[in-house]
Amino acid sequence: MRELTYLEAIKEAIRQVMKENEDVFMLGEDIGLYGGSFGLTRGLFEEFGKDRIRNTPIAEAALIGAAVGSAVTGMRPIAELMFSDFSTVAWDQIVNQAAKIRYQFGGKAKVPMVIRTAHGGGMGFAAQHSQSLEALFAHIPGLKVVMPSCPYDAKGLFIASVYDNNPVIFLEHKILYNNKKYSQHVPEEMYTIPLGKGEVKKSGKDLTLVATSYMVQKSLEVANELKDKMQIDCEVVDLRTIKPLDIDLVIESVKKTGRLVCVEEACSFGGFMGEVASQVAEFGFDYLDAPIVRVASKNCPVPYSYVLEQEMIPSSDRIKENILKVLGKA
Amino acid sequence: MKENNFKIANKFEKLSRDKKIEMLRKMYKIRHFEVEVDKFVLRGMIYGTCHLYTGEEASAVGAISAIDETDYIVSTHRGHGHCIAKGADLNIMMAELLGKGNGYCKGKGGSMHIADLDSNNLGANGIVGGGLGIAAGAALTCTLKKNNRVVIGFFGDGASNEGLFHEALNLASIWKLPVIYLCENNQYGMSTSVKESMNIDRVSKRAASYGIDGITIDGNNVIEVYNTVSHFAKRCREGVGTVLIESLTYRWRGHSKHDSQVYRTKEEVEEWKKLDPIKKYKEYLIENKLITEEEDKEIENTAIKEIKNAVAFAEKSEYPDISEVEKDVYSD
Ligand SMILES: Cc1ncc(C[n+]2csc(CCOP(=O)(O)OP(=O)(O)O)c2C)c(N)n1
Ligand SMILES: [Mg+2]
Repeated sequence: MRELTYLEAIKEAIRQVMKENEDVFMLGEDIGLYGGSFGLTRGLFEEFGKDRIRNTPIAEAALIGAAVGSAVTGMRPIAELMFSDFSTVAWDQIVNQAAKIRYQFGGKAKVPMVIRTAHGGGMGFAAQHSQSLEALFAHIPGLKVVMPSCPYDAKGLFIASVYDNNPVIFLEHKILYNNKKYSQHVPEEMYTIPLGKGEVKKSGKDLTLVATSYMVQKSLEVANELKDKMQIDCEVVDLRTIKPLDIDLVIESVKKTGRLVCVEEACSFGGFMGEVASQVAEFGFDYLDAPIVRVASKNCPVPYSYVLEQEMIPSSDRIKENILKVLGKA
Repeated sequence: MKENNFKIANKFEKLSRDKKIEMLRKMYKIRHFEVEVDKFVLRGMIYGTCHLYTGEEASAVGAISAIDETDYIVSTHRGHGHCIAKGADLNIMMAELLGKGNGYCKGKGGSMHIADLDSNNLGANGIVGGGLGIAAGAALTCTLKKNNRVVIGFFGDGASNEGLFHEALNLASIWKLPVIYLCENNQYGMSTSVKESMNIDRVSKRAASYGIDGITIDGNNVIEVYNTVSHFAKRCREGVGTVLIESLTYRWRGHSKHDSQVYRTKEEVEEWKKLDPIKKYKEYLIENKLITEEEDKEIENTAIKEIKNAVAFAEKSEYPDISEVEKDVYSD
């Protein structure tokens, strides 16, 4: 069975939707001949030409604005922001325009667009190229936010995002792009994974780990190690999309395990897992046998130096320690 | 190239021999600094990314030599040259690039965020065009404090297509802020050529929108850069205000750590390399008997030695203590 990397899976999804639907096109910086900063669009320019793989000047506000305008008038744009940090340069177009248009026009317009962007740290890109900004997006009514953790999900979620009639922020973790360790079988045919449906990536009975994006992979590694070495059986829930949020799946899991550890890469203060924790506390309180614990990044900009960056971002050890703490084994 | 009607005095001529040689020395330092950074890149020792300034040395050195130590600069992601020209300590710079605790930013910034506040270098920037507003703000301080200082806001051709370019230049122009917006037009923003990203042939033409002076100069000619910036720095100090200088140059190396350079030909790169700003300047100095061939070699070798020392210094420096991670987020 063929295996694809995360990057290859997303690229295949783009190629297939573009072949299937003439209204889909891409715009972004250096996505043409150059093939994108991470090489994700390499080959697409040759295949679809410059009209449908549109290279833009360095102008995030205008390129997102152009995506919004074309979406409202019948296209299905895929806008690439090279790094999710640059969304801040286009913040008005995302937050006040894309997210608001449908509602403020009384439900009479729709904005079917995807903003694909590389996020997360762990690669030494420092403070302005490594952030995890998902909570900011998720906070805005009108936006959907997708955070795939693996190639299979990335493809299905991407196709679903393109066909969704709302602005979707599609956050791709840069550590996952080319790492063969995370390659997996991805069917050649097109398929979709509905936005708003999480998935249990590993079932277990002792404790629930809920995570997003790359932290799902880290959580799985920790869960497998604990199972092998300590017979601790964690369940790993991958939210896949944080908005809409599949809180039922998390509560279902907690019902079984009675314990919840939330893992995310963003800074802990105001992090999205605060929302998850509060909903579980509100709607699943009776199932909890221990306080909910969150493992997240420290509350600082992402530092450059490797040693500091590793200290900031949740490590396997930190996840492990918190699991043991919740289980009363620390 | 003569493309403007400004009467710009040859202030360079009046510089002392020492100052003229110092400019060559700085250009060599920048060139060889980048040689060593490149070696670190090949050895996998530059974490994240970095952007080399090789080939653009005349721009930083010409411009920064034309302002005073107390004046400010705002730099870009391609900032090593600006930093060195403004007088940064090579050891501390190199340490920062390796993420060491004694680097300029304690290892927290790296190449894209290197700043040396002591030399009034307000820092590199990972956000293209991100410094344009900051340059206006620093110039506003100069105006409010009436300290007669000026600011050079460096930015790239690509950055001139960002929205902030318009907002900042407009603001600076109406407030007559003492800021020299210096566009280092190295022909590309990452892979995208200037031709592909603008509908006009000169970034400097955009000055017309703000009613400020705009001028395009040979950015590989350190003397021309020096004279132009001197001229407009003086006018800034006289209260005339903002200017847009477009310095034509070329980035010899790939955009950043990884770049297949499919967007340009080897021939094009070779053509531009013939306009090597260092070669041009050293030949001028030799022709005008300011230095001999031997002295030139000596200057270059000294620069190389200094950079090697910086490499050794950086390599043996310690990484920051992990207790540093959440420090410096807020001021006391
Ligand atoms: C807001 C923003 N958009 C995009 C990028 C990615 N990026 C980094 S450098 C660069 C090219 C900048 O071109 P230019 O301004 O001409 O400077 P040069 O690299 O040529 O010195 C791009 C697109 C970024 N860092 N910030
Ligand atoms: Mg450029």
